[in-house]
Amino acid sequence: MKAAVIVFPGSNCDRDLADAITKVTGTAPQMVWHAETSLPEGLDFIGIPGGFSYGDYLRSGAMAARSPVMQAVVQAAGEGRTVLGICNGFQVLTETGLLPGALMRNAGLNFVCREVRLEVVNSQSIFTSRYAAGETVTIPVAHHDGNYFADEDTLNRLEGEGRVAFRYAEPVNGSARAIAGILNDAGNVLGMMPHPERLIEDPQGGTDGRRMFEAVQAALG
Amino acid sequence: MAAPMKATVTVTLKNGVLDPQGRAIESALKGLGFEGVGDVRAGKIIELELADGTSRETVEAMARQLLANTVIENFRIEMP
Repeated sequence: MKAAVIVFPGSNCDRDLADAITKVTGTAPQMVWHAETSLPEGLDFIGIPGGFSYGDYLRSGAMAARSPVMQAVVQAAGEGRTVLGICNGFQVLTETGLLPGALMRNAGLNFVCREVRLEVVNSQSIFTSRYAAGETVTIPVAHHDGNYFADEDTLNRLEGEGRVAFRYAEPVNGSARAIAGILNDAGNVLGMMPHPERLIEDPQGGTDGRRMFEAVQAALG
Repeated sequence: MAAPMKATVTVTLKNGVLDPQGRAIESALKGLGFEGVGDVRAGKIIELELADGTSRETVEAMARQLLANTVIENFRIEMP
């Protein structure tokens, strides 16, 4: 599996994400700077990390979504390459339009930084095949703008098409229908607020995140 | 030299979109003892200096493509 991690000014989970990919797949991803206008040849997997790209100026993810490299990521996603956006990466994916809806300020206004329980809703995707549908996993969140919003029609469509990957199993941020992560219609793009890359091996407190990277590797080889 | 042309773009959350910051401001104003405060909505103002002759359509395109996220926000443009 040939992987890349996109790095924006203000990204701060890029090394964690690269570390997770390296530990699970045995191969380090290429780190791609935001000003690049093209991606490395033959990529299978693109990770968009958490952090505060461009200082969250204007809106979280807004500036990153218009950066040169994201034009290449949008094109690669359209060609069917696998894209995972975590936390700020999820915000960036909604701002590009690759995923519907928007991430707003947490309903409680607080930055929420703790482990939360998630329900796996869809276990059929490239990303979630190592989980069981209905299973509860524990994965940390660390965000200020994780309150998922979309209009009712969009929410109904997401649920009807099995595109809700994860839901919060406890109150976290006021997200519509407790949505924590969603897939695009083709199923090759996942955006989620929780951080699976932070739970890869036991010294980190658990391995519930590791299975996502194992699933992606199993799917992409 | 004449002052440059200016446009002001006001971005606000759409009706029906919960505005947690507006709610907090509303609650704080009431806490300060101000009576008669109803719904409070917070937004942002973006002032642009533009070359003379820049069209309203161009500023609208700027608002749609970057300044506002039209999934959750409305915008209003004021320019000469």
